[in-house]
Amino acid sequence: MLSNISNVLRAGAQKNGAALVMSARSYSDFTTQASFEIKKCDIHKLDEAPATEVVMTRDEGLQYYRTMQTMRRMELKADQLYKQKIIRGFCHLYDGQEACAVGIEAAINLTDHLITAYRAHGYTLTRGGTVREIMAELTGRRGGIAKGKGGSMHMYSKNFYGGNGIVGAQVPLGAGVALACKYFGNNELCVSLYGDGAANQGQIFETYNMAALWKLPAIFICENNRYGMGTSVERAAASTDYYKRGDFIPGLRVDGMDILCVREATRFAAEHCRSGKGPILMELQTYRYHGHSMSDPGVSYRTREEIQEVRGKSDPISLLKDRMLSNNMASVEELKEIDVSVRKEIEDAAQFATTDPEPPLEDLCNHIFYNDPPLEVRGTNPWTKLKSVS
Amino acid sequence: MGDSSGSVLTAALLCFFAMDEELERDERVFLLGEEVAQYDGAYKVSRGLWKKYGDKRIIDTPITEMGFTGIAVGAAMAGLRPICEFMTFNFSMQAIDQVINSAAKTYYMSAGLQSVPIVFRGPNGASAGVAAQHSQCFAAWYGHCPGLKVVSPWNAEDAKGLLKSAIRDDNPVVFLENELMYGVPFEMSEESQSKDFTIPIGKAKVERQGTHVTMVTHSRYVSHCLDAAAVLAKEGIECEVINLRTIRPLDVDCIETSVMKTNHLVTVEGGWPQFGVGAEICARVMEGPAFNYLDAPATRVTGVDIPMPYAKILEDNSLPQIKDIIFSVKKTLNV
Repeated sequence: MLSNISNVLRAGAQKNGAALVMSARSYSDFTTQASFEIKKCDIHKLDEAPATEVVMTRDEGLQYYRTMQTMRRMELKADQLYKQKIIRGFCHLYDGQEACAVGIEAAINLTDHLITAYRAHGYTLTRGGTVREIMAELTGRRGGIAKGKGGSMHMYSKNFYGGNGIVGAQVPLGAGVALACKYFGNNELCVSLYGDGAANQGQIFETYNMAALWKLPAIFICENNRYGMGTSVERAAASTDYYKRGDFIPGLRVDGMDILCVREATRFAAEHCRSGKGPILMELQTYRYHGHSMSDPGVSYRTREEIQEVRGKSDPISLLKDRMLSNNMASVEELKEIDVSVRKEIEDAAQFATTDPEPPLEDLCNHIFYNDPPLEVRGTNPWTKLKSVS
Repeated sequence: MGDSSGSVLTAALLCFFAMDEELERDERVFLLGEEVAQYDGAYKVSRGLWKKYGDKRIIDTPITEMGFTGIAVGAAMAGLRPICEFMTFNFSMQAIDQVINSAAKTYYMSAGLQSVPIVFRGPNGASAGVAAQHSQCFAAWYGHCPGLKVVSPWNAEDAKGLLKSAIRDDNPVVFLENELMYGVPFEMSEESQSKDFTIPIGKAKVERQGTHVTMVTHSRYVSHCLDAAAVLAKEGIECEVINLRTIRPLDVDCIETSVMKTNHLVTVEGGWPQFGVGAEICARVMEGPAFNYLDAPATRVTGVDIPMPYAKILEDNSLPQIKDIIFSVKKTLNV
């Protein structure tokens, strides 16, 4: 009980140093952990499935809640900034899919590896990026996680290989990272994510083949949000059983709106990989509230009713919140406090992202080569000779 | 297999030695590609490596370039130092997205967070009788892209020294070998026999000094230019032959210094003329101090602007021959 208090105090102090308002109820009233019945996964070429009865502690719940809420608010703020034209170019938002990123990270270590496609802001957060540096990257400022040179689709951090713009290309890359894990013998694995649209890419099947042949510690995860841009899964894939598309690779189909399902399935998959059995595939059934990107209103190929229905019945944050409240794991006030604190964090980050200066022009040609002496780069005309340092 | 202490060796052998020495030197180096292991290499360049280093470090891949190239790039991102072999660079077109978008651009997009130490190597350009789909030169395509280094060795020493540098380089390097040069024997210098013999990437070499005309070339055509120079010398025309060694970054200083001395420029390559290596050299010379020293417009000698035909007479006439080089030099010199 005392540890709960100190955890919450510590969390509060870390976030914004504001005095924490103690709720009226004492923390000893809360359940420290509870069991939950979760949906059974569909399995392919497996004898066992992930557990359907799982335990979540209060601390875990609060942490998942905070992270998902941060992710949600961050994406909504990005929407706002985009409409104000402070963010330009491509911006693919993740709201609705939070349980996937947070659930996966809950079951792996930061020493494991992860790669995804362009809907990557959420993963940049779970893999150690801060909201500040993510937002400043979106606004193209020098404080961005890639110093403003990558943008929405090219954010990187330790053991997180982006952020990749070419549909499907990240999957062989991820298998290559897994190959390195096996080569180094470090018991690490690599999670490679792709969408239902990418799932039909040839290079993914090439990757399945090699990953299985060489028994790479690779978890392939298809985030099936039902639409590849504006093309529904039925119109794009002859088989929409994405968890079976790995054929000889065992697969799981998972409720991607339930963070505990995602976590449990990822635990199962991680164990499979680390025990040397080779790759495994997971299909997370999830949903994005926004269109494909900010230039897509998202209603020409799907109905508003569908979006409302998912929001009303399957929102991942609401699901978690309801679970925690109905199991006496947190109070309404406590969760509200987290919301306030998250909102403040996002506001601060947005403030930074809109006021931080753009990268200096001197940076234009830098980072062409690593560990190389400075080189000269041609400018737009023969008289402009620019300098590039590593 | 022997060691590199013999004095007359082939380029293929020297590629082998380079890889063998670097595999031994650094545990993180490994080779993957089609037939590199148990087949001993499609052109026998990697013969003996699998027997020595085993499955972990010499990996036979299925015939899936896009997939295995992506895997190689991912492995480089995660700290290994892969050598990714294309059986010929024609097949690299299937994987070119991984070479350019995943390898070349990543260090820049990540503002220095993610480097990609990888070598893409294999035979490039025309062979003999392999027809259009197997004969393209990719020097200009890869040479176009920032973030890549593009190397084109000529002789056995080039092959060894440049490949070792490429493997030790922390950046993506496209290493364009030449199938017809694999079997050509060259005398090796003393220093080239050392396990630490490297040739710097980005520096051209003057293979033959001359005063009347600068010939700039790379790969197999260095031999052609030297042969043409020998014939021209009998007529009192002294050619300076520059072996580019590296396509990107181009050693413009070497070219300019030479042109400022000879006042004439002829470029020679096997690739197609439009948007090619020679075109770039001409543009660069125009933009720099050497332009004012030219007594005549620069000349490009290139492959004929057609897909490569099969019949020998047609194929022979699709590529620069020594007589074409001699003719072009004389026209440039107006003699």
